Amino acid sequence: MLQIECPWCGPRAESEFSYGGEAHIVRPKDPFALTDEQWGDYLFMRKNPKGRTLEQWCHTYGCRRWFNVERDNVSYKISHVYKIGELPPGGIE
Amino acid sequence: MSKYSIFSLVRNGLSYHENWQRAWRSPEPKQEYDVVIVGGGGHGLATAYYLAKEHGITNVAVLERGWLGGGNTGRNTTIVRSNYLWDEAAHLYEKALKLWEGLAQDLNYNVMFSQRGVMNLGHTLQDMRDIERRVNANRLNGIDGEVLTPQQIKEIEPLINISPKSRYPILGASFQRRGGVARHDAVAWGYARGADSRGVDIIQKCEVTGIRRENGRVIGVETNKGFIKAKKVGVVAAGHSSVIAAMAGIRLPLESHPLQALVSEPMKPCLNTVIMSNAVHGYISQSDKGDLVIGAGIDHYSGYGQRGSYHVIEGTLAAICELFPSFSRVRMNRQWGGIVDVAPDACPIISKTPVQGLYFNCGWGTGGFKATPGSGWVFAHTIAKDEPHELNAPFALDRFYTGHLIDEHGAAGVAH
Repeated sequence: MLQIECPWCGPRAESEFSYGGEAHIVRPKDPFALTDEQWGDYLFMRKNPKGRTLEQWCHTYGCRRWFNVERDNVSYKISHVYKIGELPPGGIE
Repeated sequence: MSKYSIFSLVRNGLSYHENWQRAWRSPEPKQEYDVVIVGGGGHGLATAYYLAKEHGITNVAVLERGWLGGGNTGRNTTIVRSNYLWDEAAHLYEKALKLWEGLAQDLNYNVMFSQRGVMNLGHTLQDMRDIERRVNANRLNGIDGEVLTPQQIKEIEPLINISPKSRYPILGASFQRRGGVARHDAVAWGYARGADSRGVDIIQKCEVTGIRRENGRVIGVETNKGFIKAKKVGVVAAGHSSVIAAMAGIRLPLESHPLQALVSEPMKPCLNTVIMSNAVHGYISQSDKGDLVIGAGIDHYSGYGQRGSYHVIEGTLAAICELFPSFSRVRMNRQWGGIVDVAPDACPIISKTPVQGLYFNCGWGTGGFKATPGSGWVFAHTIAKDEPHELNAPFALDRFYTGHLIDEHGAAGVAH
């Protein structure tokens, strides 16, 4: 089980959290201006990288707040936890 | 290649089984192939086999970065069934099941396909409504299925706990008698032997590191054994599909997750069928060797590490002990994880791509093993004709743009 450091509550067990997928996907401001391809890309297409990942987590059984995690998804080591709206030290690419 | 038969068994028995022919060659890659298949699991090997057998395309290489069937083919819980809800999925999985029924004869290789039946338990009234709907949909599609009462379940599986006092009482089940299990390693080996004997080069320890393109067309793959020219490239890389896609500048609607399984110590025969439960989440069968084969749900985080978190299998084992109280003292022998590529609608993607000559067969998520023969069969057709077969046309990548998703989360049977 992972130990995740909630930015508000501190280190807690993974079972208190929900995983929320890839971080930093920005919802288009005007969905109606998009083609079907652009909308499908936004809704479904993912980077799904191997190695460094930036992902969203929610402290569902705690403070119920969302935040971002930088994690290596091969070693599962969490390198950084940061709040929504912030950027990780290494940038988002 | 010599045929396996009772006579070859006797003949080799007389020479102490020391003269069996190798089941497939281990060639160095040629400079150029008509088709390169990336991924030497069951689906990739089946694709190569049907390319050679059905379409006469034999100048084919299968590139595998590890060893044959060392990925999800050798890590799944070997369940085979076709009781999917929607027509598109039902037809695809039923094609696979029909191929399973003649596979050992076709390959001249015993894949130990055992149609012992697959049971999906219902624990709530809504479960039972869904089960009845799915069984009726299956029967309309010509797929066998029936709804069982708790007493009928108990007759088939005497060890199961159908007490109405249990935490999640069993109210009934769907039962597909043609479903069952097969020996997963034998499936990879049988397809490898069949493909090799038709001229396909199977190259292990050959990792693809790049996909070379020219004017929007694929021209070959970079590997750790050098550049290999190819007119067409078919990628069947399961959990690593997104990684290969990125080499060609493509994004896929996939997320890779660990999926865990475990087996117990071997025991005397005590389970007759495969039992699955979506609601309490666990699935269990007994292998011919006697060990209980148990599957868990996926870990919710993305992962490529071929292992998951302990609480996931703990939850599954709690469910198994609830269903079979007598298993509570069985010792577990091994646990492992595989990386599954999960699509948003729990259905596979078997498709052409924006790059000409590049094809993807991925997104099988938690349930690819059962489809191995059908997946290879339709993917071979897609590559050979540069057009999908009518069975896999609905599973093209463009469904994520047209909105024609095929939602099979209910029939997928594994919690996502």
